[in-house]
Amino acid sequence: MRQFYGVTLDNPLMLGTALYPSPAILADAFAQSKAAVATVSLRRESGQDKAGQEFWSMIRDLGVAILPNTAGCHTVKEAVTTAHMAREVFDTKWIKLEVIGHTDTLQPDVFGLVEAARILTEDGFQVFPYTTEDLVVADKLLNAGCEVLMPWGAPIGSGQGLNNILGLRTLRAHFEDVPLVVDAGIGLPSHAAQAMELGYDAVLLNTAVAKAGDPAQMARAMALAVEAGQLAAVADPMEPRDMAAPSTPVIGKAFLE
Amino acid sequence: MKINVNGESQNVTAATLAEALIELGFGDAKVATAVNEGFVPAGLRAGHVLNEGDRLEVLAPMQGG
Repeated sequence: MRQFYGVTLDNPLMLGTALYPSPAILADAFAQSKAAVATVSLRRESGQDKAGQEFWSMIRDLGVAILPNTAGCHTVKEAVTTAHMAREVFDTKWIKLEVIGHTDTLQPDVFGLVEAARILTEDGFQVFPYTTEDLVVADKLLNAGCEVLMPWGAPIGSGQGLNNILGLRTLRAHFEDVPLVVDAGIGLPSHAAQAMELGYDAVLLNTAVAKAGDPAQMARAMALAVEAGQLAAVADPMEPRDMAAPSTPVIGKAFLE
Repeated sequence: MKINVNGESQNVTAATLAEALIELGFGDAKVATAVNEGFVPAGLRAGHVLNEGDRLEVLAPMQGG
């Protein structure tokens, strides 16, 4: 396993904590997924019910690494301030940096993303940027100090899978030594396996598990899928070809015509 | 004085951010704070004087993807 800012993960699955039918199902899904990382966020807290305190206590009990996000932030200032608040609450330098540029597609504003990434890395953060598969943007994020890249597979929550295989493969080929995570768009275990087969180091998903009819079962399916994909990538897959090539030997075949 | 807490108008007698958090029921809850869109670290809350009309954001851990 590749390291993420010096941390080696036991399992290449990062799982979101949103949209589950209940906290018990969330905990069950995490157990089945063997996820090594949980993404979380910050939202307004009420002084009366203090819902966030209970949630935080449950997440801590999962015993996984915490990756806070800046979900919903549309400006650099908003994302940077949220990151500072997350660092204090979650006591981690890790931040999944989201600067959203478009409401319908939740496509990252890659210009704001690069700017925010530079500000945060200079301030000691370890940034996991939610980006597109754009090669030039990736290069700029690395120049800004990011040591991990998280290109989308497809728009968040769409379950479309990997929309631009060529782009994702190009990123992998150009940045051999950079930990790469497909973040968003995964809908099925086959999508997750495919990301790992491409040589990606981890997959981050949430909706595919949380909104499945049986989240725990789907979490287990995802765990098996990333393991299969990872094994396949290490095993050096065959090259596809256009024409058939018989697998059964031709030599020695009986003459029966 | 009247301040805005998480988007809602509230009356507080507290003079500082630290006192306001106690008055608003947060006690020792795990929260992060921002006043007028600027982050105020926990260590600076006691010295952060609030003014009429200040916009306070109190955030806590929540589900996220």
